[in-house]
Amino acid sequence: MLSYLVRRIVLLVFVLFGVSIITFTLMHVIPGDHARLVAIYRWGYDDFSSQELSVVRREIGADMPVWRQYAWWLGHVARGDLGYSFVTKRPVTAEILARVPATLELAVAGFLLTVLIAVPLGIACARRPSSWFDNLVMTGSLVGVAMPNFWLGLLLILIFSLTLNLLPVAGGGGPAHLILPAVTLGAGMAAVSTRIVRASLLEVLEQDYITMARIKGLGEGAVLWRHALRNALIPVVTVLGLQFNHLIGGTVIVENVFGRPGVGQLIVEAIESRDLPVLQGGVLFLAFCFALVNLLIDLSYAFLDPRIRYGGSDG
Amino acid sequence: MHETVTVFRTAFPLARLLQGIGRDRASFAGGVVVILLVLVALLAPWLAPHDPVKQNLAHALAPPGGEYPLGTDDMGRCLLSRVLYGTRISLAVGLLVGGLSAVAGTLIGLIAGYYGGFLDEVLMRLTDVLMGLPNLVFILAVVGVLGPGLGNTILALVALGWLHFARVVRGSVLSLKESEFVLAARALGFSGPRIMVRHILPNVLGPVVVLATFDIPHTILAVAGLSFLGLGVQPPTPEWGAMLNAARPYMRTYPLLMITPGLMIFLTVLAFNLVGNGLRDALDPRRSRILDGVGG
Repeated sequence: MLSYLVRRIVLLVFVLFGVSIITFTLMHVIPGDHARLVAIYRWGYDDFSSQELSVVRREIGADMPVWRQYAWWLGHVARGDLGYSFVTKRPVTAEILARVPATLELAVAGFLLTVLIAVPLGIACARRPSSWFDNLVMTGSLVGVAMPNFWLGLLLILIFSLTLNLLPVAGGGGPAHLILPAVTLGAGMAAVSTRIVRASLLEVLEQDYITMARIKGLGEGAVLWRHALRNALIPVVTVLGLQFNHLIGGTVIVENVFGRPGVGQLIVEAIESRDLPVLQGGVLFLAFCFALVNLLIDLSYAFLDPRIRYGGSDG
Repeated sequence: MHETVTVFRTAFPLARLLQGIGRDRASFAGGVVVILLVLVALLAPWLAPHDPVKQNLAHALAPPGGEYPLGTDDMGRCLLSRVLYGTRISLAVGLLVGGLSAVAGTLIGLIAGYYGGFLDEVLMRLTDVLMGLPNLVFILAVVGVLGPGLGNTILALVALGWLHFARVVRGSVLSLKESEFVLAARALGFSGPRIMVRHILPNVLGPVVVLATFDIPHTILAVAGLSFLGLGVQPPTPEWGAMLNAARPYMRTYPLLMITPGLMIFLTVLAFNLVGNGLRDALDPRRSRILDGVGG
């Protein structure tokens, strides 16, 4: 277990290292002089002397060779210093932290909704495969998978806000503001997850030890809840982890649809205003969260299935 | 001797795949819709009643009916014509990204799996890193730095798209490498590239085709989503996601502007997914329909 933990953390560090290189490289392939860009944002076009330019160059480390620039930049990132926004002149870290609550709220609500829909529906379908209920849910899930979340969000606004006047259209705020965004985010993920819960439970139910439990005379309920479900949970956790990729992408879109002031919206705004430090910081931040969650998911396997030993080379 | 060796090659089971599709009602329906969409894309100039980008402010936001069957948008452009032309971009980009990703990923997977060693290690760690990024975040980073637009979007999508192909192909190659027909081909002294292309490739094409089929709707969704954010295809080009974005201010008064392009994205993605499901089931009959829940 310990060596597994160490290996996973090494991989995490490796992935973050790679991500930092990608982000750094991207920022340095932009045409033009980075320092000049900063100076333009600071003093306006051509409104700065060459002396001021060289001050900026030193300030952002652009006077060093590329590999030292990278090390310099990485050192600052490690201390939580992501530079300053071109637009608001505030520290990027502060800009991001100010946006985290809106995103976190949405992500947690969407994720909870996914689990609350997918697990019960998946179990119900697996108990009676090919029944009318199963067919209905599976058809619904096909629809849910194909539904673009940005369109679903607009449709929900059209129905519940503009036509029925039940819920607010956009913005942050109380729980009422969270309902439509959470449904928009959760629907697509629930559609995929239901399928996976169902399939993995069906697979477990076909195994010998389940047949054995039935022969032993256990009721269907006991077989399902005490024997099958625990083993079916491992692929489910994997998939919910994979869903995290969609979750992050989904929050970007949903925040945009509903005008929620979250991290995703911050990145989109940064692209529109060419605010590169904020873009870079936002990308790094989301990548870091993603890597961290992936690590937690991997670790949770060990608790779900004590048989997994992680001694092998490819665990 | 050449004859003897080709016997060992497994034919690409295209016929079996098509049969499988034909048997499954849902994927058959998906296939029909895909064919219809392709026809719409090809015949758009003849089907569309108007020029999709020509503005006519005198007719802005016209209601459906008459000269404009679905009405016009805020610039007085014919909605029906724009929706029909939108099929072209979505399908073309889907096929292009799916195709490029498939070719690049398969090639990389073949090489990594067959030669192994240091090259394999480097390529696989690269996939680790790229998969360690949330997809949309990577795309946003690329588009944010290189600038919004369709070209950079395609670049970002292919940069991510090859990963799954490479992983799947590499995995198959690793097991095929030790199979008897490959060992036989090696014993006969055939070169690495020849064995890879003529003996291993046909055996991995099935999963590649299935993956590519799913890559098309993924791409279409991603491009539409990015255009919806204002970062992909730029107006006035008729693209469904960009049209949705432009329709947002008129949602209450002209909901059709928002409903129609969204419906097209939904139908297209659904159709390709159904075909993909059918192909996958046909390829892997062990995975029963019940297990995977291909309902309806």
